[in-house]
Amino acid sequence: MATELGPTPVKEPASGGTPIHHGPKGVGEDNAIASQGKWASWLLAPTIVALAIVIVYPIISAIVMSFQKDAALDPVTGLFAEGGPAGLSNYTNWIFQQCAAPGGGTVACPPGTLGSQFWSATGTTFYFTIVTVTLETILGFWMAIIMARTFRGRSLVRAAVLVPWAIPTAVTAQLWLFIFAFEGIGNKLFNTTILWTGSEIPARWAVIIADTWKTTPFMALLILAGLQMIPAEVYEAAKVDGASAWQRFRMITLPLVKPALMVAILFRTLDALRMFDLPYILTEGSNNTTTLSILVVNQIRQGFNSAAALSTITFIIIFIVAFIFVRFLGANVVEQQTGAGKGKK
Amino acid sequence: MKTPKFLLPVATAGVLALTLSACGGGGGGGTTAGADAEQGLDSRGPITYVQGKDNSNVVRPLIEKWNAAHPNETVTFKEQTDQADQQHDDLVQNFQAKNANYDVVSVDVVWTAEFAAKGWLQPLKDKMALDTSAMLKPTVDSASYKGTLYAAPQNSDGGILYYRKDLVPTAPTTWDEMMGMCSVAEQNGIGCFAGQYAKYEGLTVNTSEAINSAGGSVLDADGKPSLNTPEAKEGLENLAAAYADGSIPKEAITFQEEQGRQAFQDGKLLFHRNWPYVYNLAMTEGSSQVKDVLGMTALVGKDGPGASTLGGHSAGMSVYSKNKATALDFLKFLTSEETQKFYATQGSLAPVLGALYDDQELVAKLPYLPVLKTSIENAVPRPVTPYYPAVTKAIQENAYSAIKGEKTVDAALSDMQKSIESASAGQ
Repeated sequence: MATELGPTPVKEPASGGTPIHHGPKGVGEDNAIASQGKWASWLLAPTIVALAIVIVYPIISAIVMSFQKDAALDPVTGLFAEGGPAGLSNYTNWIFQQCAAPGGGTVACPPGTLGSQFWSATGTTFYFTIVTVTLETILGFWMAIIMARTFRGRSLVRAAVLVPWAIPTAVTAQLWLFIFAFEGIGNKLFNTTILWTGSEIPARWAVIIADTWKTTPFMALLILAGLQMIPAEVYEAAKVDGASAWQRFRMITLPLVKPALMVAILFRTLDALRMFDLPYILTEGSNNTTTLSILVVNQIRQGFNSAAALSTITFIIIFIVAFIFVRFLGANVVEQQTGAGKGKK
Repeated sequence: MKTPKFLLPVATAGVLALTLSACGGGGGGGTTAGADAEQGLDSRGPITYVQGKDNSNVVRPLIEKWNAAHPNETVTFKEQTDQADQQHDDLVQNFQAKNANYDVVSVDVVWTAEFAAKGWLQPLKDKMALDTSAMLKPTVDSASYKGTLYAAPQNSDGGILYYRKDLVPTAPTTWDEMMGMCSVAEQNGIGCFAGQYAKYEGLTVNTSEAINSAGGSVLDADGKPSLNTPEAKEGLENLAAAYADGSIPKEAITFQEEQGRQAFQDGKLLFHRNWPYVYNLAMTEGSSQVKDVLGMTALVGKDGPGASTLGGHSAGMSVYSKNKATALDFLKFLTSEETQKFYATQGSLAPVLGALYDDQELVAKLPYLPVLKTSIENAVPRPVTPYYPAVTKAIQENAYSAIKGEKTVDAALSDMQKSIESASAGQ
């Protein structure tokens, strides 16, 4: 993006700016370029300030906070006092599950503290991510193939598929909470007496079902965009050559849709890694459905600085996953634009 | 030559952003609270009252009445959301920013200690003292921290044991008696007893009730955990055993207030622990099966009435308020007999003044008042500690496992004890 933006304001006057600058070419154009560049940087400055305030400052502030101790009670006054520098203790609290001991020093975090839940929350987060993204990719692909066909009522199907995506997550969660209640429609419909939110496996699957229902349309939409860029002639040529439907799917559809598919999977993975509202409303994080984001929010109420350390860890985890995707799996979000452009030519 | 000129605006922007960031940093901490608490004690003027969503429209009429009488010290109402967690976070943010416009705030009983220890609430003593002699003692205790009153008790709440009059003619008074009546439930094919056992704040309420009713306590007088006692064990054991033998139906592990109320109203429970709000709904909702057979009594304990966990709100005064004399008058107005009566009749909010519970006119309107009075008089405030968020998590996590039988009661209590000790040790 940055490389594309740079030359654009400079190039413009060369082609379209001539009617304004009537002076002789050469020197006049040089001046124009210089003033344009200066002008452009002044115009960009507000954006840079805004980005610095909105993105850079919170990240740096969180990192600085994560090396501070949380306020602790002064036994004499009964008031909270600033904690002072913490070194790495906020991080060891999470990663090595070392909690403060009553007499000073540290102990292994007892069950019931948030510190003891870090690794299980990490596991839960990845479990949800892997299962939901896999399900959503398969179902999304299937829905996209249906939507890409030409048939009567296609626009109706496309609109209907998008409905779950259009509903806010909190509302979705509340809806599924009613469905999964013991006396809810879910148990009534199938004549079961499952305690959906009462034990680990049903509780996790309740979250997975609700999440898949909600976000498959997003997946389908992105894959559909990829499918529609494959020219029909390619399929016709393959048909003429006698390729079967499976061969056409495997040799043509899959490789050609791969860039769009990888971007869709990347987006969904990053989204799923910070899953919060669904499990928070459905189960309040009970029965091993506490994700890292829920843990962060719970910790914020107990101490900001330790929560800052946890969100920094979460940030790094998500960053590593994104890096692996872009570096090794070929999900190149930046080059996607140019790739698509070349395809059209 | 050109490059530095080109970069100048960008550099300016960067410096500006960093300066702004520096301004934003370094908030929090209550080290200057002492000085703030001395400011504005005699000043009068307009103030703001902050409270969660005014669902039954009680706050606005009260404020209109106050404003008519005090044209120079008007009160503005700032309404928050109806979510307790969001109200808490909103208050924390504004206190940290030392917002002088949050003069009087409605504080849930469990936040009092935290806010007091952060130095955000004005101690109500000396010049700012408030007369609490007519108030029920547990409500005053729940608004105090380390022996000092930090907020004016505004309304209270206690647990009530609802039961089916048609199936059990005399209400039980002890836990063992109630469990003895479970055979009646079995004969009728319904569940025996349920409270709120889903893993959320309600589980803390029910667990502390069980422990307190058996004679134990979660925290001792110094705020240290005291869960390694036989009494605490008996309390949690009662719940775990009742769940294991089916006296508490298995779906109760997913119950919050509403699911439990629904089950009781549908006639699927013999005994149900819930708050007073259930009474009106169970008597008036069309689908209610228990309209004619609804009985109410105090919660059951070891040898007599149990110890309810106290709910409700207090009104606290911010130390950053500029007009504390007005704020104090407003606190007195909120706790006056007239206002308390209005709270009860208009909003079904339980009063903090003991005398009102015997007021015939009120009792005719709210028949649960006598039962609720017993409940509140025997109530124990939820653990009063500035570390409440950590304490409630420790209780929920371990009590949930113990009730479901995934952990022994001994292990659960010992983990609870250690978690609370660790949280209070600071990090």
